[in-house]
Amino acid sequence: MAGSSGLSVKTIVAIGIGSALFVILGRFASIPSFIPNTNIEVTYALLALFALLYGPWAGLLIGLIGHTLKDAIFYGQPWFSWIIASGIFGLIVGLLTRRIRIADGEFGGMEMLRFNLAQLIANVVSWLVVAPVLDILIYSEPANKVFVQGVGAAISNTLTVAVVGTLLAIAYSKTRTKRGSLSREA
Amino acid sequence: MSVKMLTYTNQNTPIHRLTGASKLLFFVLWALTAMIIYDTRCLLAMFVIAVVIFAVSRVPFKQYSFVLYLILIFFGLNQIAIFLFSPLYGVELYGTRHDIVHLFAWYTLTWEQLFYQFNVALKYAVVVPIGLLFLLVTDPSEFAASLNRIGVSYKVAYSVAIALRYIPDIQQDFQNISFSAQARGIDISRKEKFGKRLKNVVSILLPLILTSVERIEKISTAMELRGFGRGKKRTWYRARPLRKGDYIAIAMILIITVACLVITFADGSRFYNIFK
Amino acid sequence: MERIWQMYRDIPEGSGHVAAIEGRTGMKKPVIEFQNFSFQYRAQSEPTLHEVNLTIYEGEKVLIVGPSGSGKSTLAHCINGLIPFMYEGERSGTLRIAGETISDQGITLLSDEVGTVMQDPDGQFVGLTVAEDIAFKLENDAVPQADMIKRVFEAADTVEFTDFLEASPHSLSGGQKQKTTLAGVLVSDADILLFDEPLASLDPHTGQMTVELIDRIHRETGKTIVIIEHRLEEVLERPVDRVIVVNEGRIVGDMTPDELLCTDLLRTTGIREPLYLNALHYAGCKITAAMQPGHIDSIQLDNCIQPLQQWYNCVHQDELPVSEHPVLEVEHVSFGYEAGKPILHDVSFQIGKGEIVCIAGRNGAGKSTISKLICGFYRPSAGRIVFNGRDLSGDTIKERAEHIGFVMQNPNHMLSKPLLYDEVALGLRTRGVHEDTIRERVHEVLKVCGLYPFRSWPISALSYGQKKRVTIASILVLEPEIMILDEPTAGQDFRHYNEMMEFLNQLNRQGMTIIMITHDMHLMMEYGQRAVVMADGKKIADDCPSRVLVQPDTIAAANLKQTSLHALAVKSGVGEPNEFVGRFIAYDRGLRHP
Repeated sequence: MAGSSGLSVKTIVAIGIGSALFVILGRFASIPSFIPNTNIEVTYALLALFALLYGPWAGLLIGLIGHTLKDAIFYGQPWFSWIIASGIFGLIVGLLTRRIRIADGEFGGMEMLRFNLAQLIANVVSWLVVAPVLDILIYSEPANKVFVQGVGAAISNTLTVAVVGTLLAIAYSKTRTKRGSLSREA
Repeated sequence: MSVKMLTYTNQNTPIHRLTGASKLLFFVLWALTAMIIYDTRCLLAMFVIAVVIFAVSRVPFKQYSFVLYLILIFFGLNQIAIFLFSPLYGVELYGTRHDIVHLFAWYTLTWEQLFYQFNVALKYAVVVPIGLLFLLVTDPSEFAASLNRIGVSYKVAYSVAIALRYIPDIQQDFQNISFSAQARGIDISRKEKFGKRLKNVVSILLPLILTSVERIEKISTAMELRGFGRGKKRTWYRARPLRKGDYIAIAMILIITVACLVITFADGSRFYNIFK
Repeated sequence: MERIWQMYRDIPEGSGHVAAIEGRTGMKKPVIEFQNFSFQYRAQSEPTLHEVNLTIYEGEKVLIVGPSGSGKSTLAHCINGLIPFMYEGERSGTLRIAGETISDQGITLLSDEVGTVMQDPDGQFVGLTVAEDIAFKLENDAVPQADMIKRVFEAADTVEFTDFLEASPHSLSGGQKQKTTLAGVLVSDADILLFDEPLASLDPHTGQMTVELIDRIHRETGKTIVIIEHRLEEVLERPVDRVIVVNEGRIVGDMTPDELLCTDLLRTTGIREPLYLNALHYAGCKITAAMQPGHIDSIQLDNCIQPLQQWYNCVHQDELPVSEHPVLEVEHVSFGYEAGKPILHDVSFQIGKGEIVCIAGRNGAGKSTISKLICGFYRPSAGRIVFNGRDLSGDTIKERAEHIGFVMQNPNHMLSKPLLYDEVALGLRTRGVHEDTIRERVHEVLKVCGLYPFRSWPISALSYGQKKRVTIASILVLEPEIMILDEPTAGQDFRHYNEMMEFLNQLNRQGMTIIMITHDMHLMMEYGQRAVVMADGKKIADDCPSRVLVQPDTIAAANLKQTSLHALAVKSGVGEPNEFVGRFIAYDRGLRHP
């Protein structure tokens, strides 16, 4: 894998636009849930999709940049443990879905399974390990509180990505089908 | 849907005049220090410094008041959550127990818990003013150049610039798309049932993502045509040389960081214990 | 110049143009050379360019015209290196830019030779301010900062934009963004400037300014200029050396404007001819190269005055029937997104049942805001909007959408399903209509829109014009009484423009009331029954287009421009100019809808 300095121009732009989308969706399209400080975040469906489309580096950096900007612009206060967890989430989804060539319209049953397995693993690692452990290390928050929050985030994000992310990926792959096979009907 | 954001305004104060790079360095080190330490004396000192710096910058209150309320709500909820989940966490941390009053069930208020949560509050109070200030006094144009200067690759730094450049455009797209969706009866507000809402979200996200993918193609084409990424280095139109004020700011943050770490860890623990 | 045209006319038809051009430009060296060049995109089954032979010489100003899909953009991509470096495909033949074979150069090296100004003003404005965007190329070339600041100022000065160096893109109009992009290209010393549909998103006045600016840069710098456009008349406002006509991947014409305008190449390739020539054709005049028809100022009308006068006498301007029943009334509406910054101020107008009304005005005049208020996206701060005698202020977006459909400018903002059928059915499904009824209504609408044969296609397989139709169909299926369309013809060539407008006209004749937000003057002239003109949040005109489009004050306030018909009337002395324009419009409509 190329280092971050070897990123293509398209990936650079995708990171920028992906981060901007993360900010906008994080602010306007998140649905409050029953666990304090935890929302149903549609953004993670977007992040998973962009990691699938543009690779692990894009996933990592959109997570880091997008989440930092969202926190900073709207709340004036970046919450670093969850920012890092977002980055890790994007990275893992990107790494585990590297062989899915969705740009060529390839997203069938196998790919769907692999994508969802990837996002499940990514969610578990990010919200059950990275975020709570960092919360304890950085902020010294009580363990049971941060793990309950982590479980809540992991479940809701996994479900959101499974529904919204998969639907988006299917829809996107359908836009990549080629012309030629189509004929007009009377 | 006019939502307020924290935005930069140009004023002429010693804080505004600092280069983006030293502001960024100051903010990063400040936030890291405040994250690591739990020493009440250091946190109190940092809080005083933060307030002084904030006052020097003379940022009008209404520029950030709306964010302050959000922060207070978030902060209040978090404090309540900590207590509900771990009412005796302070006892655990400090190793002693001084009860104040028994509340209900297994909830007893202790001095240790109060002190612990006071420290958590203090950590917020230390970071929030500097975080807010960083956003309010840093020219976004200078931001990418600053990131690059403190060692981030220029390509990644430019990603940040692109994000800042296109946030308003994407917000506009999002608004247009959700308007036309609403006109066709696609609703994502609380009026709709949860499951339906998730499905409707897809109907809004898909056009947004497809137009964004198209936008990525266009922008990257334009950037290729203007030679982006050709060299190992790139210069920045907005970069500014470090001046006296910058050296003072950098020296100050280095001293604060080192002093706090030394004081905090002198006794081998992150926590300053008033109970022993 | 005069002498050159003279000389040119003496050359017998069919003799090589290259020889003539070499004579004219004094044996200048070729900078762009296509030799038997063909190109086929990887994803396509047919080549887009066939055996292209084209040479452009140093310091020339060349216009490349052609309908959508003709391959003219592909030609541009070959010149600036996007082909083969961004778009893969198979090439044959040779292409040399500035003497170098294209495959030897990387795209970044080529960017030193060719500066490109593209169509989309937002996609290419990557800086956070004007100054940074102009500096972008220099930053990438790692030019030292002091040097950079000087050069950015010089480039901004060339396009007369130094007052805006600190402005952010969101505070600029499309024309201003384009000026920035142009400065960003000039800053780099590229000797070839390539403009890929530079007028596409500009209003008539800004378009004219752009054409003048390009011309001035050409005269002052002597750079080679290649303009790709289908808005022929507007580019010919200023002289060009040659026009290249591209159709179906081949070069079908390579001649001076004067020569081109007396052939029927424009008609056969589907490019709109200049209005003044249109009028002369209606009058039965024969156009020859000797008349110098390239510009209204140069054309010699001696033999045309008599037929033009006869035609003028026979045509009558018809008074359009004014609809008796207002279906929509906007009454004293004011609005602002932020307190203290009003966008609309006390605007009132009525829309009659079955009318086609155009709302015109420059960027930020409030014309789009009006439509958003009508649809309920925002609420007016004062005044009210009445539909069929009922105040709409209590109605939600969804309720209003039952009566008033809104079609956005960008179809991609509306398309949210992968399949055409599902897209059109979406609005009915969310309203809980029974699936059988849905099928019936969707099929009916698809037939009306000419999309029935494509009903099981994915939307991604459709062309831009077809997508636009799908969005109209998806609104039409909800059976509104009024349709509001934001720039329905933007970015479409003459043929697609005609198709789209004939379709809307047909809907109108079936009883649909249509409101169009547009700055397309052809659209207003050819289809608008009435034009409401906005400026600075106020209504400044409300009349039939033939009267609105001749009022100098209105034209200036709305960034429109005087048509060349007006100039033709003045020059020929036939009729009173305003009356002349009015009669032309009446005659033209008579031909369209007998």
